[in-house]
Amino acid sequence: MWSNLLPNVQWDKIWAATAETLYMTGISVLATFILGIILGLLLFLTSKGNIWENKVANTMIAAFVNIFRSIPFIILIILLIPFTKLVVGTILGAEAALPALIIGAAPFYARMVEIALREIDKGVIEAAKSMGATTSTIIFKVLLPESMPALVSGITVTAIALVGYTAMAGVVGAGGLGNLAYLEGFQRNHNDVTFVATVLILVIVFVIQFIGDFVTSKIDKR
Amino acid sequence: MITLSNVTKIYKSKSGSVTAVDNVSLHIREGEIFGIIGYSGAGKSSLIRMLNGLEKATSGQVIVAGRDMANIKGRELRKARQEIGMIFQHFNLLWSRTVRENIAFPLEIAGVPKQERLKRVDELIKLVGLEGRENAYPSQLSGGQKQRVGIARALANNPKVLLCDEATSALDPQTTDSILDLLVDINKRLGLTIVLITHEMHVIRKICDRVAVMESGKIVEEGEVLRVFRKPEQPITKRFVQQVTEPEETKETVSHLLEKYPQGRVIQLTFVGDAAEQPLMTNIIRNFNVSVNIVQGKISQTHQGAYGVLFIHIDGTEEEMDKVIDYIRQQQVEAEVMTNVE
Ligand SMILES: Nc1ncnc2c1ncn2[C@@H]1O[C@H](COP(=O)(O)OP(=O)(O)OP(=O)(O)O)[C@@H](O)[C@H]1O
Ligand SMILES: [Mg+2]
Repeated sequence: MWSNLLPNVQWDKIWAATAETLYMTGISVLATFILGIILGLLLFLTSKGNIWENKVANTMIAAFVNIFRSIPFIILIILLIPFTKLVVGTILGAEAALPALIIGAAPFYARMVEIALREIDKGVIEAAKSMGATTSTIIFKVLLPESMPALVSGITVTAIALVGYTAMAGVVGAGGLGNLAYLEGFQRNHNDVTFVATVLILVIVFVIQFIGDFVTSKIDKR
Repeated sequence: MITLSNVTKIYKSKSGSVTAVDNVSLHIREGEIFGIIGYSGAGKSSLIRMLNGLEKATSGQVIVAGRDMANIKGRELRKARQEIGMIFQHFNLLWSRTVRENIAFPLEIAGVPKQERLKRVDELIKLVGLEGRENAYPSQLSGGQKQRVGIARALANNPKVLLCDEATSALDPQTTDSILDLLVDINKRLGLTIVLITHEMHVIRKICDRVAVMESGKIVEEGEVLRVFRKPEQPITKRFVQQVTEPEETKETVSHLLEKYPQGRVIQLTFVGDAAEQPLMTNIIRNFNVSVNIVQGKISQTHQGAYGVLFIHIDGTEEEMDKVIDYIRQQQVEAEVMTNVE
């Protein structure tokens, strides 16, 4: 029955492309989470009135974040071709999409991290200081746990954006569902393939959103 | 325990500089409850925050438990802070941690092993009366319970000094009293030195041994609480004392009475300590030929003894009335004959 409705769909290719999309999304979300938190913490800690207050460093990090956040993703991929070649050795395939995905998403997420950290009551940080906490204790036992719900809902939004980015990266040769929809669906005019790829991307987005919402509500004790 | 010598704190900003604490010298003894009272902006928070190095003094010396808080840094400062507990007006608990985990936090900072930590946390929960709420999150607690967690947390590392920055200002009167009782209890049981700042004379009256009155960065008056209540010297101190001793309507009532009773005298009696417990009225009525009319009064209990103000109206011959006033003064009760000047 499926083969009648979707005559051009080759399921093995579909599953392989789904796996590639999940792989690209998974690795880039993980890297974005870590890199974004580091950048967000630096932005927060070097800002006025905080532990590492430093105007020069803050301005530089903010400029870096703002520039990479503003470049349209499709242009970023092209700009990063030499860098990707150097790091990955090729500009084709799922691996090759990762540098652009991470560099595109981490600054975006870093801003969300910074906003989440600013929401923390200054008094709580002060209380930790008054107990004799070191800066690393303040980071790992106060700042990150207290902002965790916002960090998780932020990474959820970022992960969904990343699924979209992987589809775009697919068009320029990175593999995955976007690549399949473009090559098999659009160029060969197989609309059923485009349809299946779209549905799968939607399913991935819904699952990410569901997991994100679930985790956020579980850890939010406010 | 705590000695401040010529401490000044100046905040510099683009729009100019603010002298928050102005050349303050102060000595706080071991084991006492010392109150600092002042209106908003007087510099109380700036002063107390210098005691644990949250603010650095611009000049002067701050010695707490033998350490020079204005000049130590890094490891030494963190070590010193573990011996100085602090509680806050808005509690400042970690909402992501349960009561038990919040209280354990300073112990984690001090590197106490887990087994010991659990034991200590249980002791503290008992000490502040939070049994049964160990696993609640701060959002599930009332203000009074949150402050109890704050107190337990501040006491976790057996500090020598407890700093309280407006610790009861966010609480209702009844909860305030229960928290103040807890502080007195801790002070007695652990021999802890407590420094508290407030803008409510009620707090000073209820638990402090000594008090300093702060106005625009300076300490304008300082002394035993009972002394300050009996003989406030500065106008600002008088106003604070009136907060708890004189009901609002007293002044009106007195002038009204003076009009109403052109004969006789209206006398303000001030009782302090033991005198407040004598049967003074009975003796006056029995021994003198005057009529006595109690107009208004209030007796406040301070940490060191009772303190009260009573307005009476007496009528009789001039001679007899003078005798009554002499008698009252012999009882070590202050008597002031009210006249209609104000
Ligand atoms: N970080 C700061 N930077 C600049 N000025 C400050 C700072 N902290 C306090 N001040 C100023 O110092 C003065 C004293 O403030 P402080 O907070 O010590 O007063 P307070 O007696 O605690 O008042 P309140 O009862 O309102 O808490 C105020 O004029 C305040 O504006
Ligand atoms: Mg204050």
